[in-house]
Amino acid sequence: MAEHVTGTDPQTALETQRVISGEMSAIAERYAGGELQPRRDYPPYRSSMLRHPTKALQQVDPEGVELWSPCFGERDVAPLEADLTIQRAGEPIGERMTVTGRVLDGDGRPVRRQLVEVWQANAGGRYIHQRDQHPAPLDPHFTGTGRCLTDDDGRYEFTTIKPGPYPWRNHHNAWRPAHIHFSVFGTDFTQRLVTQMYFPGDPLFALDPIYQSILDPAARERLVASYDHDLTRHEWATGYRWDIVLTGPRRIPLTSDTEETS
Amino acid sequence: MTRAPSPGQTVGPFFHFALPYHGDRALVAPGTPGAVLLHGVVYDGAGAPVPDALVEVWQADPDGAVVQRPGSLRRDGFTFTGFGRCATDPAGRYSFSTLPPGGVDGGLPFFAIAVLARGLLHRLLTRAYLPLPPGVTDPVLTSAGDRAATLVCIADDEGLRFDIRLQGDRETVFLTTPGD
Repeated sequence: MAEHVTGTDPQTALETQRVISGEMSAIAERYAGGELQPRRDYPPYRSSMLRHPTKALQQVDPEGVELWSPCFGERDVAPLEADLTIQRAGEPIGERMTVTGRVLDGDGRPVRRQLVEVWQANAGGRYIHQRDQHPAPLDPHFTGTGRCLTDDDGRYEFTTIKPGPYPWRNHHNAWRPAHIHFSVFGTDFTQRLVTQMYFPGDPLFALDPIYQSILDPAARERLVASYDHDLTRHEWATGYRWDIVLTGPRRIPLTSDTEETS
Repeated sequence: MTRAPSPGQTVGPFFHFALPYHGDRALVAPGTPGAVLLHGVVYDGAGAPVPDALVEVWQADPDGAVVQRPGSLRRDGFTFTGFGRCATDPAGRYSFSTLPPGGVDGGLPFFAIAVLARGLLHRLLTRAYLPLPPGVTDPVLTSAGDRAATLVCIADDEGLRFDIRLQGDRETVFLTTPGD
């Protein structure tokens, strides 16, 4: 049994990391397995408390428009939007890197010609967003947004700067592991996914309630890119590889479909 | 080979400089003949509006055709693509200028809706059915029982109202599909 800890920081009046870590451990100890998605009800992430459904989701078979996804094309996305380092007059500060991978469905089939959107903090961990008041410098040469279309192999590729970790006010001394936000569409609207890509070996993983809201260790790992030296380019950029797998193929047979003659 | 899905994560508080785009909520230009305003407020479990949510709509055209036309990100004012996106305003309100969808393959007409927000760890999906003629229903609405009304738009002076309640007494029915 994890010890129940209470306490706030005297300066900020925010709860301490020990409190949050204690809650996360207690939840992890009770985890019975089999959950592939984060828990929407995850109290250590304080903002989730009033923003998750408390009633069971209703199981439906996708129908009509849900069996399709919006279509995006060259008209929507210019090729240069995939390079986050050339959007301003000069070069952004930080570790230049290539991030690439494939968008696949649950059967491993590529999701072709589909939209991928990314956004991120700069190398100092600051977002170009007025709500971000973290006293790290903005980079006049870095916006931190990009888009691309996957190719016929389902492959996306971005050139960017490695984002820094940044502080937030979930609790006292809370820091998010460095991450890139990804927004992805599949072939069905029901495959819609917004998630975050992380970097290997981040020391903040164990402390972060957003990452830990995915209770399954193997599922968490699926959000961590791998460093790929073959992708790293001589005197230019480091390389990270990360595949995105969307839920399910188009239709999974229901038990009732296969148990008709028992 | 079956592969396990990549888990979702919250859209966070800082999506506003990335996901919204010019014309995102205008599937058709306001004032287009036949246009309606699909609008509503996203509420949290305390009944407070959620000012940092993102609502997406995906729909058939008025004839019930699911169009596969690019152009959602760069609207030309004429091409109906069926996709829209709207960040909620400080009062938690979203709105789309669009056309009412037709039913696809004989089903009841509805808008497919995705909801993202800071504090919401994984996107939610629901349907906003057009107001139903008396006596009309379908299996999804029937299964929703006394919560079915949360899945149906209300016609009002502005158009079609569809509030989204993430939690609480009148919590919206959210949907999950096999393999989700």
